[in-house]
Amino acid sequence: MTFSFERFSATRRLILQGAGSVALAGLGNLIALPALAAANDKYPEDAFKQKGDKDAIQALYGRSAEASDKVKLDAPEIAENGAVVPISVTTTLENVTSISFLVSGNPNALAASYQIPEGTLPVVANRLKMQQTSNVIAIVEAGGKLYSATKEVKVTVGGCGG
Amino acid sequence: MASTIRVRATANGETTEVQALIQHPMDSGFVKDAQGQLIPAHFIQRLTFEHNGKSVFVANWGPAVSKDPYIKFAFKGANKGDELKISWVDNKGASDSTTAKIQ
Repeated sequence: MTFSFERFSATRRLILQGAGSVALAGLGNLIALPALAAANDKYPEDAFKQKGDKDAIQALYGRSAEASDKVKLDAPEIAENGAVVPISVTTTLENVTSISFLVSGNPNALAASYQIPEGTLPVVANRLKMQQTSNVIAIVEAGGKLYSATKEVKVTVGGCGG
Repeated sequence: MASTIRVRATANGETTEVQALIQHPMDSGFVKDAQGQLIPAHFIQRLTFEHNGKSVFVANWGPAVSKDPYIKFAFKGANKGDELKISWVDNKGASDSTTAKIQ
């Protein structure tokens, strides 16, 4: 999860220096729309159209995630059939508001995004398609921050093309 | 027409576990048919579970969710005999809904 860390630390540096306030405000305007969409109960059309995982996370949440061992991603080592890969996530984090699944090697990385209202447990199991061997990323939004877990799943027969 | 939604909700103490299976092609838009024509994307975008008029779980799905989707989650605050309303809408505007009794 080096990518998220780089982005995180870059933002942090800006804040620490106190020099990038104008730039940050501009960035804030840019990302306010998709972030609002995710929170505002609308279907995140734009995020589902993004090709890469980083872009999809950015479009969905307006920021990047940091790897956390509190997010437990359960996926098979090897998926014989890429059309049906059982994937689930649980977390010990509190105040979880959403959970999302991304498959890095798919034409569009974002596969599913779940809203977790108060009173619903941060535990989701579903089945996703995978075109090829790649990383599967689970994102947990908790207390306004993003945490992730990544696991590589080897796919024997892809499940997207034909 | 029979419902496309099969759901089982089981209350166990204060937690209710919900499993649902929905019949839907979930075409990704990348697959070709026997004639070599692309099958247009056709997938469920939004699946909602409501208990007492309050959303307890909302799924936003892209075409990468498997055909005949399966979902499992759990929530608190429901009792045996309560009703759980499940509804979905796909990218072509089709929809279906059903209610299930929590067991």
